[in-house]
Amino acid sequence: MFDIFKDSLYSAFIMIFSGDPELWGIVLLSLRCTFQACLLAALIGIPFALFMINRDFPGKRLLLTVFNSLMALPTVVVGLFLYVFISRRGIFGPLDLLYSPAAISIGQFILILPLVVMFAYSALHRLDRRYREAALTLGASAGQAALAVMREARFAMVATLCAAYGRGIAEVGVSMMLGGNIKGFTRTMTTAMALEYDKGEFTLALGLGVVLLLLSFLLNAGIGFFQGRAEA
Amino acid sequence: MRKTLFAALALTLALTISFAVAAIAAESIKMSTTTSTRDSGLLDYLLPEFTKDTGIEVLVLAKGTGAAIRDGIDGNVDVIFVHDPEREIQFVQDGWGTTRYEVMHNDFVLVGPAADPAGIKAEKDVYHALRLIAEKRSPFISRGDDSGTHAKELSLWKNSGLPMLKTEQALKSGGKERKVTFEMPQGDWYKSIGQGMGKTLIMAEEMNGYALADRGTFIQQKFGKTPPTSLEILVEGDKGLFNPYGVIPVNPAKYPSVKIKEATQFADWLVSERGQQIIARYQLQGKQLFFPDAIPDAK
Repeated sequence: MFDIFKDSLYSAFIMIFSGDPELWGIVLLSLRCTFQACLLAALIGIPFALFMINRDFPGKRLLLTVFNSLMALPTVVVGLFLYVFISRRGIFGPLDLLYSPAAISIGQFILILPLVVMFAYSALHRLDRRYREAALTLGASAGQAALAVMREARFAMVATLCAAYGRGIAEVGVSMMLGGNIKGFTRTMTTAMALEYDKGEFTLALGLGVVLLLLSFLLNAGIGFFQGRAEA
Repeated sequence: MRKTLFAALALTLALTISFAVAAIAAESIKMSTTTSTRDSGLLDYLLPEFTKDTGIEVLVLAKGTGAAIRDGIDGNVDVIFVHDPEREIQFVQDGWGTTRYEVMHNDFVLVGPAADPAGIKAEKDVYHALRLIAEKRSPFISRGDDSGTHAKELSLWKNSGLPMLKTEQALKSGGKERKVTFEMPQGDWYKSIGQGMGKTLIMAEEMNGYALADRGTFIQQKFGKTPPTSLEILVEGDKGLFNPYGVIPVNPAKYPSVKIKEATQFADWLVSERGQQIIARYQLQGKQLFFPDAIPDAK
């Protein structure tokens, strides 16, 4: 039993360092899909968090609770719901999204949006409210005041996005159900690993596993670093 | 800061468009098929030849036959390539597919541990072998995933004359609800795991149990990987173990988005002399796996 592990791990390292095109193709696709999802989540989630910090409106508490619980959204639920929408029979069927990399990005975007909103919200919450007020008193427009706050919170935002990226890149439900694990087209790190395990081939799976582990280590180091900067 | 925001927006747009373009640029069709055609390596051998001949790329989604047919019914793919004749004929009759092309067949084998606790080795009658397994209450691992192999296995159990457990389940298919009765053997020795063929064999090995496998996947597990599975073929050759594959283009009358020209081209190519020869020529570990049905003597 130990030999399987040792041999596979050895071949896996050879695959990684020899620049195996299949392995790196899969890695790049995963990175790209999650990058798009993160970018979209940042563009929508962070302004939304900013809006919630600055405005009080009825139902805000409830909204926060909803977002908070959505952070634990199971990936297969997102996959299933989105499937119903973008399947050819669904409302968005004509867009021809199902089984494409774009579908993976959209699914991951929905998955990580609550996380981005909540993390950004709590980071902004910790930030002194007087930043905004001071900027406004000094004659800044609302937009300029928002920029001033964001500049102050930039490290916390990067840490937020690192955490979101980590959740996106590691999920398997959305990628499998919406991407379909098509070789060379929608096969991501996690779906490839599931497939190789299913076939009883552990080399590629372990190779991808090592890359994924390194990535999450880097992301967590990033989170720690930027959180440190944010609090300094 | 505003510039950065614009740059980020532009970047998202560019990336999205680049994806869209990449998807459209190459002429391609989507095909849902069973895991057995992929895991046996046939598609890796067959599809590049088709692409070479026609310039059409085939994007493969490998699932259980049930899920593959479902993809066809939902119009999410252009063509399906599966092995469950009864449901395939139903699929065409219900108007979801245009025509069913008989492409090829291979066969199923009953596999189990070399020690063979139920004593079924070299049994000629597959039904008798199944009765022996049930009698000895040896673990039997079932795909349980509504795949073609699963359907085949259930029909074998049913024909073996053993008492079956009936369960009813409501399924939604084609927009209308229908009741489906599953019949499976009784007892805790029968384990329905809802996984692919490879995983089923791994579990059978770990649990010292028996399983029904398509020959292709089994040869792959036995001779194509290290370490090989310790399971052995115990029963083979019974007529009941025959396993035919069909290909069906999805009906464009139901879904105008179906690339019917290319899908039909693919089906026609599979049953053409060239396609049939390539199928006959494909070998795994020195063994012919699939036998052409459209032109049986293609070489």
